[in-house]
Amino acid sequence: MRRRLIFILPALVFLGLVAAFYAGLDRDPQLVPSALIGKPVPQFALPALLDGNAGLKTADLKGKVVLVNVFASWCVPCRAEHPLLMRLAKEGLELDGINYKDKPEDAKLWLVNLGDPYKRIGSDLEGTVGIDWGVYGVPETFVVDRAGTIRFKQVGPLSPGVINDTIVPLVRQLSK
Amino acid sequence: MMRLLAFQLVVLFALLARPVLAVQPSEMLADPRLEARARAISEELRCLVCQNQSIDESNADLAHDLRVLVRERLVAGDSDAQAVKYIVDRYGQFVLLKPPVEPATYVLWLSPALLVIFGAAGIIVYLRRRRAQLEPAALSAAEEAELKRLIEEGGP
Repeated sequence: MRRRLIFILPALVFLGLVAAFYAGLDRDPQLVPSALIGKPVPQFALPALLDGNAGLKTADLKGKVVLVNVFASWCVPCRAEHPLLMRLAKEGLELDGINYKDKPEDAKLWLVNLGDPYKRIGSDLEGTVGIDWGVYGVPETFVVDRAGTIRFKQVGPLSPGVINDTIVPLVRQLSK
Repeated sequence: MMRLLAFQLVVLFALLARPVLAVQPSEMLADPRLEARARAISEELRCLVCQNQSIDESNADLAHDLRVLVRERLVAGDSDAQAVKYIVDRYGQFVLLKPPVEPATYVLWLSPALLVIFGAAGIIVYLRRRRAQLEPAALSAAEEAELKRLIEEGGP
């Protein structure tokens, strides 16, 4: 019996490794668990990107379920994501933007060319507010609930899958 | 003589060589003590863009911003622990290149010790068993009698 165990054990260990590696196949090692999920939105106040707007500050994110999208005109994945943001805005979701380390004139041109899905846009020229939000790879999108608590964070561009399977159901549930 | 000197110089420079520094002179603090603290802190913080470099080594934009931020916190009067906590509050414990010892990381910290203990136990068990096998078994009664007979006969 013991002798048989010696032969079976390495096979079991091997199968365990296969299972662990297989489970890890679809996981993105670049993805960092956010420290801010379940925490209130950081205290911040950003000047407006567009003239005649009010900018974006902590108090704006209370009382309503809001998506906060961190974007920049120099960011290629942001361009891929933009049509999805336009679609979300058309469907009536409130989107606010943080324009991260961008030249305001470039960002304005971006919005003119691609459309402006945002209700408010704050201009984070130095990227300091981005650090307060734990941003490390643009684009990032946060779901903020009525109490101003961050409920979800997407690092990297949104996809139809994430929007349909995660964001829309979450927003619907939080809006009840 | 010249050759020896050249060799010594090569060895000396090789020993002095350190990775090319990402920290730019413009980022450095004028106070060398504060700057040394900032360097020590930055070496322990992970750059989230490149992930296997510290922010002290990384040329990523975000690493630069975080280096400047650490220095700002120190100038504002933060202790080392406060400055580190400031970053951890925003980016989570993943930014610490050296994970803290706490219930969630016990497995991580204890597994090397456990491996050594299990390995040593395995080796001890194996050696004991082998020694038992090497010691010859006692002679049976029939063998004992045969031996006695042979000795008494005095040679073949």
